[in-house]
Amino acid sequence: MDRESGRALPPMLASVLGWLGEVAFLFRKEVLALFKDPANRIILFAPAFIQTLLFGYGAILDLQHVPYAVLDQSRGQAASELIARLDGTGVFTRQATLVSANQIAPLIDRQKVLMAVTIPADFDRKLASGGNGEVQVVFDGRNSTTAGAAASYVSAVVRALNASRSGGQGVAVVRRAWFNPNLESRWQIMPAMIATLSMLQTMLLAALSVAREREQGTFDQLLVTPMTPLQILVGKALPSIVVGLLQSTIVMLIVLLWFRIPMSGSPFLLYFGLLCFNIAAVGIGMTLSAFALNMQQAMLYSFVLIMPLTLLSGLLTPIRNMPLVLQYATYVNPLRFGVAIVRRVYLEGAGLGEIAINFVPLLAVAAVTLPLSAWLFRHRLS
Amino acid sequence: MSDCTVVCEGLRKVFAGADGRPFDAVHDLTFSLKRGTISALVGPDGAGKTTLMRMVSGLLKPDGGSLEVLGTDVAADPQAVQNRISYMPQRFGLYEDLSVQENLDLYADLHGVPQEVRAERFRRMLEMTDMARFTARAAGNLSGGMKQKLGLACTLVRVPDLLLLDEPSVGVDPLSRRDLWEIIEQLIASDGLSVLVSTAYMDEAGRCDDVLVMDHGRLLAQDRPQAITARAAGLTYRVTPEPGTPARDLQARLIDAPERVVDAVPRGGAVRFIRQSDCPADGMADLLQGRPVEPRGEELEDAFMLLLRQHDAPKPNAPRDAAIPEIRLAAKEDAAGEAVIHVRDLVRRFGDFTAVANTSFDVRRGEIFGLLGPNGAGKTTTFRMLCGLLPATSGTLEVAGVNLRRARSEARRKIGYVAQKFSLYANLTVRENLEFFGGAYGLRGTVLKQRVHAILDQFGLDGAAASGALPHGYKQRLAMAAGLVHAPEILFLDEPTSGIDPLARRAFWRTITSLSQSGVTVIVTTHFMEEAEYCDRIAIQDAGRMLALGTPRQVREQAGGESVDDMNQAFIAIVEQGRVKGRSAA
Repeated sequence: MDRESGRALPPMLASVLGWLGEVAFLFRKEVLALFKDPANRIILFAPAFIQTLLFGYGAILDLQHVPYAVLDQSRGQAASELIARLDGTGVFTRQATLVSANQIAPLIDRQKVLMAVTIPADFDRKLASGGNGEVQVVFDGRNSTTAGAAASYVSAVVRALNASRSGGQGVAVVRRAWFNPNLESRWQIMPAMIATLSMLQTMLLAALSVAREREQGTFDQLLVTPMTPLQILVGKALPSIVVGLLQSTIVMLIVLLWFRIPMSGSPFLLYFGLLCFNIAAVGIGMTLSAFALNMQQAMLYSFVLIMPLTLLSGLLTPIRNMPLVLQYATYVNPLRFGVAIVRRVYLEGAGLGEIAINFVPLLAVAAVTLPLSAWLFRHRLS
Repeated sequence: MSDCTVVCEGLRKVFAGADGRPFDAVHDLTFSLKRGTISALVGPDGAGKTTLMRMVSGLLKPDGGSLEVLGTDVAADPQAVQNRISYMPQRFGLYEDLSVQENLDLYADLHGVPQEVRAERFRRMLEMTDMARFTARAAGNLSGGMKQKLGLACTLVRVPDLLLLDEPSVGVDPLSRRDLWEIIEQLIASDGLSVLVSTAYMDEAGRCDDVLVMDHGRLLAQDRPQAITARAAGLTYRVTPEPGTPARDLQARLIDAPERVVDAVPRGGAVRFIRQSDCPADGMADLLQGRPVEPRGEELEDAFMLLLRQHDAPKPNAPRDAAIPEIRLAAKEDAAGEAVIHVRDLVRRFGDFTAVANTSFDVRRGEIFGLLGPNGAGKTTTFRMLCGLLPATSGTLEVAGVNLRRARSEARRKIGYVAQKFSLYANLTVRENLEFFGGAYGLRGTVLKQRVHAILDQFGLDGAAASGALPHGYKQRLAMAAGLVHAPEILFLDEPTSGIDPLARRAFWRTITSLSQSGVTVIVTTHFMEEAEYCDRIAIQDAGRMLALGTPRQVREQAGGESVDDMNQAFIAIVEQGRVKGRSAA
């Protein structure tokens, strides 16, 4: 520690050590200031914990317990079998057994049921005579996603019924979903949360770091020290990055141990990806922070940005469905590539070679935002 | 009692202190104010002046005693009182994005001033404040002094039965301060206003009919200014220092002997001091060391200091009064006289506005150099360029032999900086703050530990205390300690004494004197012109130009006139001469 009493170091090494030493003092100050506040200690970690559980249970696109009504005018054996199969999927829950077609509209209107299945009186007779039985299904189209998913479930049930009646003849589709055998949406969403949830807070944390000091007048005090803008940048960005990685770890542990979604890839690669992602996110946060004149502005800028970043990340909606302009916009969104890296490593077990292309935009964002914020430290005049 | 505006008896207000314990912000106050008079409320920081003002205006409920304003019990019916008074708080709520006229209109609306009297009232207020030219300008773009004048105009859109002004002149330069008082005095003469004004300036209190001296929530005295001044009769002297030595060295020696000397300040090249009444007139030969002493006429400030010291005596532990021990820093003494700051043709422009024009000066090692100027004169800009916070547009700027425009980081290593308001990390401890700043200046390991330990000792600070919860005086010491932890050659202080009371100001300057004696160069900006007397040399700037540069005596002589003793007058004269010259040149 004591450089005076130690052997003389080569001047180059000594200046590098001095440089790092000053950064270390700033890093230590930032961490102290962050964790001294008991409220901060909770705010930094409790939300990550709670939000992970919320998303795990709340943000599920799979259908379960879809309420439906059935109007069986045929009362034949084939009709009963179809109803039994619908009830048996676990996806549908029969809410009502109707006796007349004009009962359907009120049930759907009042959202008592999501769909109503009508089996006409001639259903069994047509089937028995070798013809096509027709089943009419009315959906509540107000929520097109759910209606579409329910429709495909109904089709699958009907296909299965056909197959069993034809004695196994005909073409059957054998499905096998790679990386997510049961096609559970939780598997799709939760690993992505390892990147998404940590970004919300690391960006805000970085955004407040300089703005807070500007507001409290301590930033001038920092600028008059011999520290260069680069040193201040590194000393201020590192704590946010570390907090981001800690938050990612919390989310990952919950995903792995509580929701039991197996990790296929290398944890080292995952963390390397998260590190690069966090650097880019912190770069954006630091730029907002260096630009903002006070904490209120920094907070406002962050909240304005977080919404589009999340929407354009491919977290919930496929990017290739977006208009071309928006697809181009996603290239500057670190979350898009963070989500891609995490999903591919976690679910697919992808290696560095396969996902390397995702690092390019992340590093590009960092390479622009970090120097920009360092420049703004001294050139943003109040 | 119908001839009184304010009558209170046994008035109390209790607050929770920084340490969580309750204390009496206002303790057992009993006094009354006469209608048609102007009363001054003076006292150091935390004396309870603002608390009293807020209770009189019905914004705070008293915790005990009775308070009648204009014949109404304020606690029972604050609205009835507020309908008849006008109150200008320390930070008046101007709407910065609205224009001067819109602010006036808004306050006239809020106070329900009838349309037919408005035009005449506005015309008068704008004329008095000399702002008729600026009615379209956004309030946020006015200088500090102009904002204060506009605040006063907005407060006075109607004629109140009682006007309350809470430190209207705080942070305002002498010129704006003089204008502000002219407005107030005109209004008293024409409208027969009753006024209660709190102030930190004794010359302002001396203009009033009645002075109330407060400290620690208690009323120490209430009387006519002349009667209060008389309390210091026969105790006041002037002593001339040995030629070639700064007056502040002699002043420091005197103020370090509080059992014999109540107060000592440098003034007009000499030192004014007040003798303790129980000390015989010839009992301080050892302090004066044979320098010529002559009695001088007593002033209100002398009586004020006397009252404060008498009142403070039973509590020697009061933080703001504890003298800071001698500071010794390892600065080079051999090179005294050599220039450590070298400024040539310094220019700073913001767009097409020239904030600092062609400024040149040198500061020599060990000097105390004061930068003075009205609000918006360019002294803050100059100051920020000197400590490397703001790049210069053009010119030469060398600090400690290093060109600040090229090797900024290297130059910054040699300077210490103390910001205007407390700007250290409030949730870190005192030690953590000092260790951080020491580390940031390249101190490491045992060297850092020793320096932090030494500076904690020197400033009498407790390393484990939370910085944010320190009393004001200690916060300022910590800020100084943080600026000095790396033993800089040059210390920059930005308005270090703004908003602190006379006692704390003397303690502060005592520290600066010690620093300068140990060879540190000090650059300081200030609003208090009498503080220029502590400086070796001062520079006065206005509108970006350097108007005067030299020792306080040279500057006073440049000002001319009979007021050689009074830095305030000298300052006003120089700025006005400069403005006349500027206009005739243009």
